[in-house]
Amino acid sequence: MKNILNTQELPFCKGCGHDLIAKSTAAALEKSGCSPLDIILVTDIGCHGIIDTSFNTHTIHGLHGRSVSLGVGISLGLNNSDKKVIVFTGDGGATIGLQHIMEAARLNINMTIVIHNNMLYGMTGGQTSGLTPQGFNTTTAPSGNTFEQYDICGLAHTAGASYISRILGIGNIADKLAEAINTNGCSVVEVIELCPGYGMKLNPKRKLAEILESSGKSEGIWTNNRLPFAVDIKEEPTSLLKNLKAIEIIDKPQLKSSYTVLLSGSAGEGVQTAANILAITAVSSGYHVTQKGSYPVTVGVGFSTAEIIISPNEILYHGMTIPDIAIITSQDGLNHSKKRINLMNNGILMIDSSLSAPQTGARVYNIDFRSIGVKSASMFSLFYFSEISKILPHAAIFKAIEQHGDAHKIPLDKIKEIFRFDVL
Amino acid sequence: MQHKENSLVLIDASRLIIEGMACAGADSFIGYPITPANLLYLYASKRFPVMLPAPDEITTLQWMAGLSAAGKLPITATSFPGFALMIESINMAFMMELPMVIILAQRLGPATGTATCGAQGDLLLLRGLISGGHQIPVICLSDFADCWNLSAKAVHIANKYRTPVVIVTSKEMVMTQRSFDINLLEEINPVNRKFYNSEQAYIPYNPENNLIPEFLPLGNQKHQVRISASTHDNKGILQHTSDQAMENTIRLDRKIIYNLDEFTYYDLIEEKKADTIIVSYDITAASAREARELLKKKNINVSLLIVKTLIPVPNIYYEILARYNKIIIAEENVNGQLGKILFGEHKHKNIINIGSIGKMVSPLEIIKEVNV
Repeated sequence: MKNILNTQELPFCKGCGHDLIAKSTAAALEKSGCSPLDIILVTDIGCHGIIDTSFNTHTIHGLHGRSVSLGVGISLGLNNSDKKVIVFTGDGGATIGLQHIMEAARLNINMTIVIHNNMLYGMTGGQTSGLTPQGFNTTTAPSGNTFEQYDICGLAHTAGASYISRILGIGNIADKLAEAINTNGCSVVEVIELCPGYGMKLNPKRKLAEILESSGKSEGIWTNNRLPFAVDIKEEPTSLLKNLKAIEIIDKPQLKSSYTVLLSGSAGEGVQTAANILAITAVSSGYHVTQKGSYPVTVGVGFSTAEIIISPNEILYHGMTIPDIAIITSQDGLNHSKKRINLMNNGILMIDSSLSAPQTGARVYNIDFRSIGVKSASMFSLFYFSEISKILPHAAIFKAIEQHGDAHKIPLDKIKEIFRFDVL
Repeated sequence: MQHKENSLVLIDASRLIIEGMACAGADSFIGYPITPANLLYLYASKRFPVMLPAPDEITTLQWMAGLSAAGKLPITATSFPGFALMIESINMAFMMELPMVIILAQRLGPATGTATCGAQGDLLLLRGLISGGHQIPVICLSDFADCWNLSAKAVHIANKYRTPVVIVTSKEMVMTQRSFDINLLEEINPVNRKFYNSEQAYIPYNPENNLIPEFLPLGNQKHQVRISASTHDNKGILQHTSDQAMENTIRLDRKIIYNLDEFTYYDLIEEKKADTIIVSYDITAASAREARELLKKKNINVSLLIVKTLIPVPNIYYEILARYNKIIIAEENVNGQLGKILFGEHKHKNIINIGSIGKMVSPLEIIKEVNV
């Protein structure tokens, strides 16, 4: 079987812990019976990231801090095949990509994350990272780092990874890495090491074990008894066009040109549903229709406005400056549409009787839309629209309500009583 | 495409886009919710074989890259605030040559802007997306037919040219409902994915005649695959500025332009006596089409160019526009972004930009400029 590494001369500074991690990872994989093409090595940005060329495995070298997330994507794509996804990242990458590690742990993605923690950013000049211990000297904190470090193992354990270990990057660490690699689920290994370029020079005479101890941490193994994440694959998803309710045309269009309707009320009062029912009614009456909604970003408060264009011809532009009819069911709706109502030189304004009609050239009808209950005010207005405009018959509205599937939410009996309808 | 006799429905474009892409062979969707792309996410959650909710948009793109590298065809949908977070990772996927499609549903900016208001404000961003000035294909949808056909084409382009593709659309396209006969939809051919299958060692960035290297997923049992976002040679090995690495970086730019003819999409109506041409795209295309029809009823002949391949700019657009003395460009922004992409910052007397923010450009605004 081909070796995992293609060279023993690795591209690291003399004395760098990355050398031990790379060789130990290779030894662990070989010990686990993996051949190079069983392995996908994902590397981050940082000194450790240049190791990929020394591996005979599949390799992918991505962005700073994103290698864990990229590895998650690969693992999801492979979906628990017998492949090993190994992610190498540094303490810098773990800092910038902390959320990605938490997500991999939370989902318990089948992969191994090896954090090369040399306690500073080695490639960019020895700056402090989120995993630099308090008191440790870096080029940007020459008198000692004043910040607390992240407990990356504690975080990964809390987030739910199957296996987490913290080890000193000294001596034989292959077996410890093999344990992580052979875990079913997400394993995270934090290897503590020193950067010969900066860490050793700036912290002379300090030893790894002492640094770890003085930071209040220790070597250890932590586990969660969880199954790895498995992608739920829909074998035969249904076409989005398959179960659409086709609209039966029951009438011929009476209008010769397009007619524009503005429905304006408050969120939560059924404006968009009423607009949809009106649109279905118009389609069934043989028209081309567009339905455009407008509302603030909050779903449950403020205005809710719908613009419906009904036309015997194909509709291209579906915007509406001045409507032919404006139906206002609440103060929010009035506030939002006042300017357009002012601009109406003719047409119809139907406005709830609790509101004062603004200045307009439209013919004004004051109607107590809200008496039916505020949640049905907008729906209720459609029947007055039908009565006053004569464009769409009541019967077609009832049929559209049936088709829409929200009939149970609409007080149809009350509406029929008020209008003395003899339909359905 | 035959469904059933009665096929008239009230439908939004998001449904057509997602169904079109699924029919074309896109198999995974990574989602992070954002208005106005929420319907796309909702439909995708029902339609794609794999749907995964990511915790943010950086993760979205990274997961997509991972899935793509493992042989899937992933999709996502977002709007500017999410897209902004994706940019470094889109650069990564471009450099790695990973097929995927990002649907960008534009809304009013800058920044968070107004989530529920449409706009066409992201074109200049899309042109400057890739560090180095390289271009990724940007396909724009001008009507429901495009939402179906071109969304599917985007999946084919991503696969064939090993590249991320952006589908650009906007709130008024993806959230507005229209009466529509689904029997009018054309049959969509699924992507026929071909992976490298020679016995010879696989060289991941060794280009074919069309400048595209053959693809092979990570994890295959036959050949080692090396993928890199850093400057690399044909083997995917990190380089500083070696000749082969520079050639590769140049090839990344050239491969999109070289193959542009194969994904140049536009609608053109030329009137013989016309002196003026209206140019538009995305949601304003509807206003431009209506303006032309209204003018024609008054015996005023103007030509119309609806551009759909926005980036790179196909040369044919210039050939067409050179035939006219007056060019009117209509788009929903206040700085004439398509005009700038086509003609730069220099103001030409015969090029008129019509813009709008907070509302769609109306046909009457276009007609007014034609009549000046």
